[in-house]
Amino acid sequence: MAASSAVGDDSLYPIAVLIDELRNEDVQLRLNSIKKLSTIALALGVERTRTELLPFLTDTIYDEDEVLLALAEQLGSFTALVGGPAFVNCLLPPLESLATVEETVVRDKAVESLRVISKEHSSPDLERHFVPLVKRLASGDWFTSRTSACGLFSVCYQRVPNSVKAELRLNFKNLCMDDTPMVRRAAAAKLGEFAKVLELEHLKSEIIPMFTMLASDEQDSVRLLAVEACVSIAELLKREEVEKLVMPTLRQAVEDKSWRVRYMVADKFIELQKAIGPEITKKDLVPAFQNLMKDCEAEVRASTASKVRDFCENLPTDGRQQIIMTHILPSVKELVSDANEHVKSALASVIMGLSPMLGKENTVEHLLPLFLTQLKDECPEVRLNIISNLDCVNEVIGIRQLSQSLLPAIVELAEDAKWRVRLAIIEYMPLLAGQLGVEFFNEKLNSICMAWLVDHVFAVREAATNNLKKLTQKFGKIWAQNTIIPKVLAMSSNPNYLHRMTTLFCVNVNKEIESMLTNGIIDVRCSQCCSPIVMVPKPEGTQRLCVDYRKVNAVTRTDSYPIPRLEDCIEKVGQSALISNFQTWKEH
Amino acid sequence: MAGVGSGGNDIQWCFSQVKGAIDDDVAEDFLYGKVVYQKITNMEVKILDFGSHGLLQGFKWISKLMYWMNKLWLLVPWKVPVLLVLLVKGEMIEKPNKQNKSQPHCRGEYNVYSTFQSHEPEFDYLKSLEIEEKINKIRWLPQQNAAQFLLSTNDKTIKLWKISERDKRPEGYNLKEEDGRYRDPATVTTLKVPVFKPMDLMVEASPRRIFANAHTYHINSISVNSDYETYLSADDLRINLWHLEITDRSFNIVDIKPANMEELTEVITAAEFHPNQCNTFVYSSSKGTIRLCDMRAAALCDKHAKLFEEPEDPSNRSFFSEIISSISDVKFNHSGRYMMTRDYLSVKIWDLNMESRPVETYQVHEYLRSKLCSLYENDCIFDKFECCWNGCDSVVMTGSYNNFFRMFDRNTKRDITLEASRENSKPRAILKPRRVCSGGKRKKDEISVDSLDFNKKILHTAWHPKENIIAVATTNNLYIFQDKVN
Repeated sequence: MAASSAVGDDSLYPIAVLIDELRNEDVQLRLNSIKKLSTIALALGVERTRTELLPFLTDTIYDEDEVLLALAEQLGSFTALVGGPAFVNCLLPPLESLATVEETVVRDKAVESLRVISKEHSSPDLERHFVPLVKRLASGDWFTSRTSACGLFSVCYQRVPNSVKAELRLNFKNLCMDDTPMVRRAAAAKLGEFAKVLELEHLKSEIIPMFTMLASDEQDSVRLLAVEACVSIAELLKREEVEKLVMPTLRQAVEDKSWRVRYMVADKFIELQKAIGPEITKKDLVPAFQNLMKDCEAEVRASTASKVRDFCENLPTDGRQQIIMTHILPSVKELVSDANEHVKSALASVIMGLSPMLGKENTVEHLLPLFLTQLKDECPEVRLNIISNLDCVNEVIGIRQLSQSLLPAIVELAEDAKWRVRLAIIEYMPLLAGQLGVEFFNEKLNSICMAWLVDHVFAVREAATNNLKKLTQKFGKIWAQNTIIPKVLAMSSNPNYLHRMTTLFCVNVNKEIESMLTNGIIDVRCSQCCSPIVMVPKPEGTQRLCVDYRKVNAVTRTDSYPIPRLEDCIEKVGQSALISNFQTWKEH
Repeated sequence: MAGVGSGGNDIQWCFSQVKGAIDDDVAEDFLYGKVVYQKITNMEVKILDFGSHGLLQGFKWISKLMYWMNKLWLLVPWKVPVLLVLLVKGEMIEKPNKQNKSQPHCRGEYNVYSTFQSHEPEFDYLKSLEIEEKINKIRWLPQQNAAQFLLSTNDKTIKLWKISERDKRPEGYNLKEEDGRYRDPATVTTLKVPVFKPMDLMVEASPRRIFANAHTYHINSISVNSDYETYLSADDLRINLWHLEITDRSFNIVDIKPANMEELTEVITAAEFHPNQCNTFVYSSSKGTIRLCDMRAAALCDKHAKLFEEPEDPSNRSFFSEIISSISDVKFNHSGRYMMTRDYLSVKIWDLNMESRPVETYQVHEYLRSKLCSLYENDCIFDKFECCWNGCDSVVMTGSYNNFFRMFDRNTKRDITLEASRENSKPRAILKPRRVCSGGKRKKDEISVDSLDFNKKILHTAWHPKENIIAVATTNNLYIFQDKVN
């Protein structure tokens, strides 16, 4: 030691600073120090890490959450630093105390790290150290420790002898029956995971009753978590067992009085469908799905509506068309005219996906009227969603069927009073143009695209120029030369400087045009007071447009207060009765 | 002597403790007892330790009281001029031998556990509104670990506080002495890991979450759901639902704001979650109605499931009818079967299964009906009295004027008026029942209505959930009374 200390001063110093900063008053410094905990441990060596550093860390649970979070994360990868798997159990005390703090993210991270290091325990160590920890947490006074315990059963269960297994099952059972809803929620959330590691006989005899009990808990928040467990448990069981053990609970959940539980079923419907298998789906889930589509709560209907396509896709292919036609489509028709716009827009985003499944005739006969209704919907979101998914229909029936109805819808969206709506429709313009063809586009849509270039909102103008680029890519240079360029050039002589600026944006974005216009741009300036534009080569080789203002600057008189002072503004406003807001951002 | 007690046995109430100033004009920095200042996270926290007759000075207005579960914690925010939340902890010595009921209870005193400022004065720049540093409501959260958690709210902002104890601190630096002097780095030859050493118990309060910017109007209630995961906050026109861990989002579940504010006829005065049904809550209105909503049915609870309303007695109708029917407090009983509402003159108990009228009505100070005109003039008619249940729901208690508070026994239908005053604040002094003369000739021990002091009012009362211990807040004192045990 003496020999090493003589040369150790320099190398010890940074570590000494790190250790001192573990208890610095500044949170940021403490956090940095905790993040370098492995460096400290390495310098201390495995022996001192075990005997000094870890006891210190076990007691530091008074710290800020972010420090504790970093600590919990660090400890998960500490095995080598305490001397390898043989000593891994000495990481348990600090993680145990972290698993009882009130902050959920810290607790979850501690549990995650505990799960990681559980794998590094040898089987005897697991039984000697890890299992007692799980039991301690599970019977802790505070629910924070009991909730943390729920996530630890599945990692140790399979590696312990049968007698211990029985105890663990009993402990988990107690957690499922805990007094506080938080613990029951944690148990319900981990039920599926625990079920997967359990022997099938115990699953049936012990977990299923727990599952049934949690699924009929008095707290909505517990019942809805049982729906998730439903998926994992159904995956583990045979079909007839699913029918007998899981379906009663699921049927009950579909008809639960609380909309949050029904929402959860709707949300997990596709997973449930896959877990339960085609037979029961046909018999039970189809009517359930119908019910959920007619649910009285809009949230549930919206969630169900967004699952229509996936649900239909996952139906067994034989008889699928018939099920959709007789059971699903009537409800879909009702949803199209739903009172809630979220429901309609959720449906609009997936309804087009039904047409490949139904084939051309049925699409024309049944779906087309629905698309047309939605295209005329008062809510722009719904119309947009339909337009954005046109490609699915295009494959089945060709877009011509729709084009006559599409046009008014597009025009209306293009002129919508909300600029976000205008912005959204621009995004779909290249897609539409590609599907409708160049003639239709020239005839009907070109003028709209040009109108956007002079929109009064910057974001729309910007998107419009990008749109031109995409259109040029789609229709080719020749088309651009004939249709776009004349109009863009015409704009460059517009007295409104914003329009001239848009011209520049167009040039900037449109590489195809740029090559043709680099010279032209200098020619087209025609305003009497215009500064020269210079193309400066950028480092990566492309060109940057710059405006040479040197002459303007030379003759400009400086105004000492170009922007009115805040005090002056307030003074002016003082006596006024009306005050309006103005936006200075992005509009100049 | 008539008393009101639980389980049919009459109780004699006796004085136990008083906290607060004796006179209003005592110097504010006058303090008995040991005061320890501890600087913690930019906030001055005082830990006050009082002897048996220690008095706390400088805090004028006691605004909220509450017992949490069976723990002897008492939460008291002081309103003006310094706003401090005071957590008083009493040590209770449980009788070791429960069979021997005649053995007297040994009860500890409530001592100040921690004080801290919960809300600072704020300014809403968008609306040019000053936000006062007062506390409108406080609520305990279920205990999750060794620390205590509570929600407190002013007009606009709700905060979640953690009150925790610390009895260890780290010791040992590598590069400096414990007093901060730096060591010469050259002398550092070995690394030292800090060690935790025991220290004097320190109580710290830290804000854990701040739920802001969700209310346009003044928040009047907060209530924690029985799922321990969500809580509601109500202002004059809206009720929002929050998740305790999410501060940037809340769901509006009730909105009674009319499209045109001129059509506004009523406001929300109080709201509370059912004690064990997680999807049921009630809210009361300034018109005297209580609406019960079921969150299972829909995400928005604009449509109530039940409307509790008593038809007005036409003979009592007057200019003040609507003002005095406004409900100032609504409380569920412990089982959740009944709820109690307090309007200006009465306490009503409703069965959740009967909407048409209350099952019980108790007149708190009916003698004031003839005085409503002058009470309107001095604004007292807008006072918001709270009410509370006793541990087994057999007695209800609420405050009145002249530092009187009233108890009503639901089984025996007897009632009693008691007074919280300095006169009988001798230890274990038995409280004498008071009577107010209600018309006719005044009897010897009666007090005439005209001599009542309307500036002395008891708005807040609390009853220990298990024991017969009550806490009563007067304008500048907190009184604690307990039943007389032989």
